[in-house]
Amino acid sequence: MANFYTDNKDLKFHLSHPLMEKIVNLKERNFADKEKYDYAPLDFEDAMDSYKKVIEIVGEICENIIEPNAESVDQEGAHLKDNEVIYAKGTQEDYDALVKAGLIGMTLPRKYNGLNFPIIPYIVAGEMISRADAGFANIWGLQDCSETLHEFGSDEIKKEFLPRFAEGATAAMTLTEPDAGSDLQVVQLKATYDEKNNIWYLNGVKRFITNGDADISLVLARTEEGSMDGRGLSLFVYDRAENAMTIRRIENKLGIKGSPTCELVFKNAPAKIVGDRRLGLIKYVMTLMNAARLGVGGQSVGISEAAYREALKYAQERTQFGKAIIQFPAVYEMLTKMEVMLKAERSLLYETARFIDIYKLYNEISDERKLEKEEKQEQKKYQRLADIFTPMLKLIASEYSNQIAYDSLQIHGGTGFMKDFPIERIYRDARITTIYEGTSQLQVVAAIRGISTGAYLNRMRDYEANKVKPELEFLQHTLFRMADEYEAAVNKVTNVGDTEYLDFHARRLVEMAGNIIMGHLLLADTMRDESYKNAAELFIKMGHAENKEKVDFINNINLKEMGMYKRELN
Amino acid sequence: MKNLKIIVLAKQVPDTRNVGKDAMKADGTVNRAVLPAIFNPEDLNALEQALRIKDKYSNTTVTVLTMGPGRAAEIIREGLYRGANNGYLLTDRKFAGSDTLATSYALALAIKKLAPFDIIISGRQAIDGDTAQVGPQTAEKLGIPQVTYAEEIMEVNDKEVIVKRRLERGIEIVKAPSPVVITVHSSAPACRSRNAKYLMKYKHASTVTEKQDTTTDYEQLYQNRPYLDIEELSVNDIGADIEWLGLSGSPTKVKAIENVVLQAKDAKMLTGSNSDIEGMMKELIENHTIG
Repeated sequence: MANFYTDNKDLKFHLSHPLMEKIVNLKERNFADKEKYDYAPLDFEDAMDSYKKVIEIVGEICENIIEPNAESVDQEGAHLKDNEVIYAKGTQEDYDALVKAGLIGMTLPRKYNGLNFPIIPYIVAGEMISRADAGFANIWGLQDCSETLHEFGSDEIKKEFLPRFAEGATAAMTLTEPDAGSDLQVVQLKATYDEKNNIWYLNGVKRFITNGDADISLVLARTEEGSMDGRGLSLFVYDRAENAMTIRRIENKLGIKGSPTCELVFKNAPAKIVGDRRLGLIKYVMTLMNAARLGVGGQSVGISEAAYREALKYAQERTQFGKAIIQFPAVYEMLTKMEVMLKAERSLLYETARFIDIYKLYNEISDERKLEKEEKQEQKKYQRLADIFTPMLKLIASEYSNQIAYDSLQIHGGTGFMKDFPIERIYRDARITTIYEGTSQLQVVAAIRGISTGAYLNRMRDYEANKVKPELEFLQHTLFRMADEYEAAVNKVTNVGDTEYLDFHARRLVEMAGNIIMGHLLLADTMRDESYKNAAELFIKMGHAENKEKVDFINNINLKEMGMYKRELN
Repeated sequence: MKNLKIIVLAKQVPDTRNVGKDAMKADGTVNRAVLPAIFNPEDLNALEQALRIKDKYSNTTVTVLTMGPGRAAEIIREGLYRGANNGYLLTDRKFAGSDTLATSYALALAIKKLAPFDIIISGRQAIDGDTAQVGPQTAEKLGIPQVTYAEEIMEVNDKEVIVKRRLERGIEIVKAPSPVVITVHSSAPACRSRNAKYLMKYKHASTVTEKQDTTTDYEQLYQNRPYLDIEELSVNDIGADIEWLGLSGSPTKVKAIENVVLQAKDAKMLTGSNSDIEGMMKELIENHTIG
C-alpha cells in the first residue's frame, strides 16, 4: 500500500543517521521507562523500530486521509459560527485520525501520556503531513506549544495541561498584534494581577493568530505597567474553557486556507503565568519561535517534496512536439535542480534537528541531575550550532520551497495556472513560509552573528575534516575553495566597519555559507549512501557558480553603491 | 449492561486489488509469492464495527480469530494495534486445502471453545475467494442467527442487536437476538488507523512458533508480559475430526481458473414482469447466448 514514509527513501535515510544512537540514549536514559510503561522501548534497536513503525502510521494517514482531503479543505476553509472556529470537514477528519492514532504529544514524556520521541521522528512526521497538506501541518505543528509548557511551566501547569494534548487538545501561539508583527517587543495586550484571587487577567487584541480558537493558547502579554520593551512581557497559558475570548474574524488568505488565522479579543480572560515574569519574550517565546522555525523548515521541505513530485509526474505524462516534455533540456534541468535543492534542504533540516535534539536533551537531563563537564561542553556546542543553523534552515528551506513550487507550476504550463492540478494550491501554500515565524529578512538578522563571530566558518572547517572517498575529493576541494572565498567576502564586508553595510550584504553571505554547508552535508550523505553522489556533485557545482556571482556583486557594491540603493522616507 | 464479548473473524489474503500479469501461475492457482499478504478489506470494516462497540462500552472484549498459516499471526497483531484485546491463530497443516465448508466447521469449533460470546463479526467476503459463504455457514454450524451485508451495528444490548443492512436497492434495519453472526459490507466505515501506543505495546506479540524462529532474545519480556502471547489453536485443541477438514472435508473442487476480460460495463435491471422477461429471452436468443 502506498505510504508517504515508505515511498520516500530519503526519510528513512535521515532517520537512520549515526547520531541517532546518541540521541535515543539521551532521550531514553538507560531505557528505564520500560519497567513502567508497556509501550516504552527495550533498547536502541527497539526504539528505532518503534519510530519507523509509528512514522509509517503517519505516512498511511497522510496517504489515505490528509492528502485526499487537501483539495476540499482548501476550497472550504474554516468558518466562524457563534464565536467558534469550525474547521473544514476534512481538517476535522485529519485531526481526529491523528488523535485516534495516538500521535498528538509525540515528544512529550510518557508520564504526560506522550510518546517520548526525540525531535527527529517528529520532524519526519511533520514533513510528510506538510507534503499531504501544508495548511493542515500548522494545526499539527502547534503541538510544539506543549514543549514550551513542558520546558518552562510549573508542575501544576504541566499536570493540568500536558495530558490534554494526547487526548487531542489543539494549541495556538498567541503572540502577534496589529502593531506588533515582526517586532514583538511592542506587544500591548495587558495582563493584570488580581492578588486576592491569585490570578492574572488578560485584556487586549491579538491578530494573525494561527488556530486562534485552540483549546490551549500561549499568550504573550505585558505584565509590567509602563514598560516599553520586551523585558516587560510575560507568557501565559489560557484555557479556551474560560470562555473569555471572542473571535473577531478569520482572515481570508492566499494560501494555507485550512489553517484558520484569527483576530482575537481578550476581555478579562483569566490565565496562568508560564515560568517567570518578564522572561516571556526574551526567553520563552524565543525558544518557542526557534521550535516553530524548525517546524517551518520541515514544512518547507514537505512542500518542496510535494511540488517536485507533481512536476515529475506531469513532465513524464505530458507530450508536446511528439515527445514527453521531460526529455527537453529546459525541463529536465529544472526538474533535476529541484530534486537537488530538495535533497540539500532536507539534509540541512535533519542536521539542524539533530543539533536541537541533543542540546535540548541535555537541558532536560540537567533538570534531573548535574551534568558532567563533558556533557556541559556538548550541551553548549550543540546549542551554539542550533542557534546558527535554525535561522539558516528557515531562510533557505522556505525560499527553496517557493522556488521549487514556482518551477513546478512552470513545468505544468497553462494547466498549472488552473485549479485542476494540486500544484496551484501547493504554490499558494508555499508563499507564507518565507513570511511567518520571522520573515526571511529577519532570519538573516538572526544569522548575522554566525557570520561575524566566524561560527559558520568554524563549522565549515569542522566539516572539512570529514574523510571522503578518493573519487569525491575533487568535490571536497571545491568546498575548501568556496570556504576561502566566503572567508574573504566576509572579511571584505566586515572590514568596512559599517553595520548597515554588513546588513546590506548579510543575506548574500548567509546564502553563501548555506551553499557550502549543504555541500558538505550532501558529501557526508554520499559517504553513507552512494545514491546521493549526483546530487552532491550537482549541488556543489551550482553552489560554487552561485557563490562566485555573489562574491562578484559584493566586490562591486561598496559603500558608495549601497548609498545609491538607499531610499528617503517621505 | 454485562461485559460484551465480540469475536472478529479475519483472514489474511493476497492483495488481489492491484493484480499484475504474474498474479496467476500457469496451473491457474494464485501466485501468492508476488502478491503481498494483507488484512482482508471487509474484515477491517468488521473490526471497526467491533471497536466502535468497544468505544461505547469500554468493558467490551474484542478477540480476533483467524485461520491460516503461521504468518497469519500478523492479522492478530494488526487487530491488537487498532484496539483488539487479544487474538487466536487457528493453524495446523491439517487445515490446508479447506474450502468454505471445512473452514466454517473449524471456525465454529474454535468459537465454541472461546465461548461464551455475544457477537461474531466478520467481513462479508474475502477478496481471494469472493464466496461470502464462511460467515453464514459458521452461523449455521453454531445454530445462531445471522445478519449479512451489515453497514452499521446501530445498537447493542444484553439480548439483541439492531443492524443496518446495505442491500442492492436500499437499506434494511433488522433486529436479531444475540448471540449472532454479523457479516459487514464494504460500505461500512473504513477501519481506524493503527494506534501508536498499541503498536509499541504489542509489536512483540508472537505465537510460540514465531518465538522459536526469531533470533532476538526477549525471553524475559514474554515472561513478564503474558499479553504478548498469541495463542495458537490446532486441530486437537478444537477437537475437530480431520475427515471434515482439508481436502477430504472440502466438496468444492477447483476444476480450472481462467482470466476473464469483462466486456460490458453496465448491469441491466429487470423487473419480474412478463414483458421484461420476454424481452430478455429474445435478446439472449438473438445474440446466441442460449438456444
